[in-house]
Amino acid sequence: MATLRSALPGRGGKEPRGTLKGANLLVWLVLVIGALIVAFPLYWMFATAVRPKKEIFGGGFDLVPSTLVWSNFSEAWNKLPWDQFYMNSIAIAAIAVPITVFINLLAGYTFAKYRFPGRDILFLLMISTLMIPIQVIMVPEFLIVSKLGWVNSWWGVIVPRAAEAFGLFMVRQFMVSIPDELIEAARLDGAGEFTIFRRVVLPLSWPVIAVLSIFTFMWRWNDFAWPLVVLQEQSAYTVPLGLNLMKGQYFTDWTGLMSMSLLSIVPMMLVFVFFQRYFIQGIASTGLK
Amino acid sequence: MTVQQAGTPEAKGGEPPGGVRGWWNRNQRILIPYIFIAPNVIVFTVFMFVPILLAFYISLNEWTLIGTPTFVGLGNYLDMLEDSEFLRAFYNTGVYTVGTVPTSIALGLVVALGLNRKLPGRTILRSIFFVPVIISLVAVALIAGWIFNDNYGIINAALSAVGIGDVPWLSSSRWAMISLIIATLWIRLGFNMVVYLAALQSIPTELFDAAKVDGANSWRRFRHITWPLLGPTTFLLVIINIIYSLHVFDLIYVMTGGGPGFSTTVLVQYIYQMAFTEGQMGYASAIGVVLYLLLIVFTVFQWRVTRQGESV
Repeated sequence: MATLRSALPGRGGKEPRGTLKGANLLVWLVLVIGALIVAFPLYWMFATAVRPKKEIFGGGFDLVPSTLVWSNFSEAWNKLPWDQFYMNSIAIAAIAVPITVFINLLAGYTFAKYRFPGRDILFLLMISTLMIPIQVIMVPEFLIVSKLGWVNSWWGVIVPRAAEAFGLFMVRQFMVSIPDELIEAARLDGAGEFTIFRRVVLPLSWPVIAVLSIFTFMWRWNDFAWPLVVLQEQSAYTVPLGLNLMKGQYFTDWTGLMSMSLLSIVPMMLVFVFFQRYFIQGIASTGLK
Repeated sequence: MTVQQAGTPEAKGGEPPGGVRGWWNRNQRILIPYIFIAPNVIVFTVFMFVPILLAFYISLNEWTLIGTPTFVGLGNYLDMLEDSEFLRAFYNTGVYTVGTVPTSIALGLVVALGLNRKLPGRTILRSIFFVPVIISLVAVALIAGWIFNDNYGIINAALSAVGIGDVPWLSSSRWAMISLIIATLWIRLGFNMVVYLAALQSIPTELFDAAKVDGANSWRRFRHITWPLLGPTTFLLVIINIIYSLHVFDLIYVMTGGGPGFSTTVLVQYIYQMAFTEGQMGYASAIGVVLYLLLIVFTVFQWRVTRQGESV
């Protein structure tokens, strides 16, 4: 992880500036054009969100809106109970992050640093579920969640996904790099096992805690397929479900749809701007998203 | 390496050896790992292992959620062979996978190779290519649905401006799949780029310097040094991208709804429709089992190959 991290952007200091000559100039131009193409949909979402409604169906295409109509946002906001949707999304993410991080951290640490019968087979079984799409187990999962009375409840979204194979894998990889001597020394001092975890291991684990927190937030914030099954009443909807509902009801209101889409990605964009290197680190160190 | 027997509980001293306390002191070495993994294992068992087993069982029944299940053995599996919509979904999943995996990996590699050079503004360029990865697929589907909109979308507006007629991006069976694949490339490019960049940066520069001294041009350096060294990464990305392509649900559900007709319905979406629109729980589970077995084949294949190569 350490070697990876040094290769990531934004790690203090200035990168040496390259020169733009010959082949480099050509590569640079291609990359800039590519980046413009990749960035365009995001710009277009913004440009549509703030455009006067009548310009949408004009047939032409002006890249820049003639005026900025910020009231498109409030108008779209008032069409559906967005405050409720955001409340649900925020609550689910806020509750899921600490639970997911805690139980995966403890388990990942244990799989990395203890030896016990059944360890390897159990770990392998859990990791092998990484590739299972939710649809495969959707029917029985729904039965279990409804038996627990969690249909239309935040818990129905949070708990079934609290143990993450990805998180477990990532934490274990990280924990292997913590020196055994530190744990051994604490044990010789008479510290209990949970105290060792809390006092010795936890303070060293901030990098992986950060990565896992950010990923969990992203998963829960962007979640769609499973909430679509569990959250059936409109009052329980999360933001992505609200977007889908809006698309169904106001499918020609593109300014409204784009303004609400834009709003829905703002939290993730902020997290990305501040913690970009953790995203890249998480993906680069596990090869997974 | 691992800590099995270390420090004796009696070191704390003073406690009487009998009762619950004594039992705990004698056995805590063995119990603690299990206690620590318990929350995780319980959640995994209840919400993953048990549902997998149940899915197998439900797939052998005909069941509409109301009433009692009727055991039909492999009947659901046999039905699949005659269900043209299922076969269409199976085919579509294949087309989508073939259309997205090699293309997104190639694009990711090209951008990673470019960004691995020392260029001005490469940090910003990297961020721009990466941003789509973090956006919810529902938002991506809405943005793509608007850009590809047949009547008012920017792409058709641009095409008519240069004299090419409108393309029925979302209303024709053929183009709807292409639109989905293009939208997918937008999301996957940044992901594949990041994994490739990490791999590229672990290649020692001495190798290139030596090759330069020997007079190898940049294509030969790529062909004989970079590409072979990226082999394990490419392989990993192929498997992951295949798995992601088999998983795709949100994007298709919101962008095309599987249509027009069944032209963009994929397996995961067909499962959802069978279960929660048609109410055919047994049949939906059977398709789930088929998809599960398909994914196991890929995973085992990946595992065997990476084991052999002792890499990744």
